[in-house]
Amino acid sequence: MAHEYLNDTTSPSAAATPRKLKVATVSLAGCFGCHMSFLDIDERLLPLLELVEFDRSPLTDIKHCGPCDIGLIEGGVCNAENVHVLREFRANCKVLIALGACAVNGGLPAQRNHLALADILQMVYRTGHGLAEGSSIPDDPELPLPLNQVHPVHEVVKIDYFLPGCPPSGDAIWAFLTQLIEGKAPSLGHGLLHYD
Amino acid sequence: MNDSFLLDGEDIPFTPGQTVMQAAAAAGKYIPHLCWHPDFAAHGSCKLCTVKIGGRFATSCTVRAAAGQEVENRTDELDAKRRTLLQLLFVEGNHFCPSCEKSGDCALQATAYEMGMLTPHFDHFYPDRPVDASHPDVLLEFNRCILCELCVRASREVDGKNVFALAGRGTRSHLVVNSDSGRLADTDFTASDRAAAVCPVGVILKKRLGFTVPIGARTYDLNPISAMGANAGQQADSRANAAHEKEVG
Ligand code: SF4
Ligand code: SF4
Ligand code: FES
Repeated sequence: MAHEYLNDTTSPSAAATPRKLKVATVSLAGCFGCHMSFLDIDERLLPLLELVEFDRSPLTDIKHCGPCDIGLIEGGVCNAENVHVLREFRANCKVLIALGACAVNGGLPAQRNHLALADILQMVYRTGHGLAEGSSIPDDPELPLPLNQVHPVHEVVKIDYFLPGCPPSGDAIWAFLTQLIEGKAPSLGHGLLHYD
Repeated sequence: MNDSFLLDGEDIPFTPGQTVMQAAAAAGKYIPHLCWHPDFAAHGSCKLCTVKIGGRFATSCTVRAAAGQEVENRTDELDAKRRTLLQLLFVEGNHFCPSCEKSGDCALQATAYEMGMLTPHFDHFYPDRPVDASHPDVLLEFNRCILCELCVRASREVDGKNVFALAGRGTRSHLVVNSDSGRLADTDFTASDRAAAVCPVGVILKKRLGFTVPIGARTYDLNPISAMGANAGQQADSRANAAHEKEVG
């Protein structure tokens, strides 16, 4: 299913100067590696900026996602705040993309999933090595509550496309985005499709 | 008259007694598979090799080739079903490829690339399967086991040791080690056993090979599994090969 409406040229004004697509990006339980890889498209950022403008993204510092054409989600869902942000993206983005291994299957943070959360917190803040005297589990109300398990984003909201990789290469991200912007269903061949 | 059948419209010769898989592999044709290996009797469990013969589903590693058969293999319909089987395998275990030593040499991963699998799709089980690092030379990382029984067959039939077995039923099936303690160190298993080099995924891992071949330069990084021709059935291990070459100079 290609998203032709991303390139809606039916209205006369749109045909003359195609509207720039709005793109939002966020890192949930990720390491920002996928965002770094996005920047690895290097000088191709310039032609990309002819076609898109950024809404919420670490690149703009806009705090909330407005109506967008494409949303890129890096990272899985590990706490309550991640759930809210992911739902805000889903509500605002026509096409939502899971970007990278953690968004696709939970990735490294999900390797805690077979352990009880309480045991992990005890270990990390109370009983582990090298802790300061009297160290305790952080309980500031500002801190988002961790979930019992880390989830891939498709277990929380509907995801339209998946781009795996840890991180996906700049070339893979470029190929994927340009195909999508051209109104095609993106496909990655050998060499661009990687889980590692 | 030469015996032959049609595989996706191509003539494939066979000798009587050969399975469709054996004849296809001998002709350098790739039929996706995980539990089949040319050196062992067919297992018929993973179902990745399912083809359509005369419009009916059959596992090509168990069905005999017959003259005039019309076999469908790489159709969109069959590859979509294979993709679903792979997705089930991925969510049943813990497959975190970025931290897996086997990445790039793994038949499960390479087959999923070949089928264009972009997401595991289903909800993950995230099972709890502790590793067994007791053996001095080999690590067992049960989180990635796909229950193909290649190690079971190799240890029993080639090594004559019977080190591995499957236990449990249904979703509780799992690989066990045949020793009183259940630990690999308490068996007569060695790193030179055939069973140590037959796992298609990252369960049975020789220690101290680590990243001798970097990610990106491994077997299936260089070529897709479908382009491996008659070798597609062999287990890839670029790291073990590199270590061996270093030893022998
Ligand atoms: S065994 Fe294969 S699929 Fe599983 S984590 Fe390792 S490389 Fe990935
Ligand atoms: S350990 Fe490897 S060879 Fe043995 S059953 Fe599991 S996946 Fe197959
Ligand atoms: S390869 Fe035939 S069933 Fe596994």
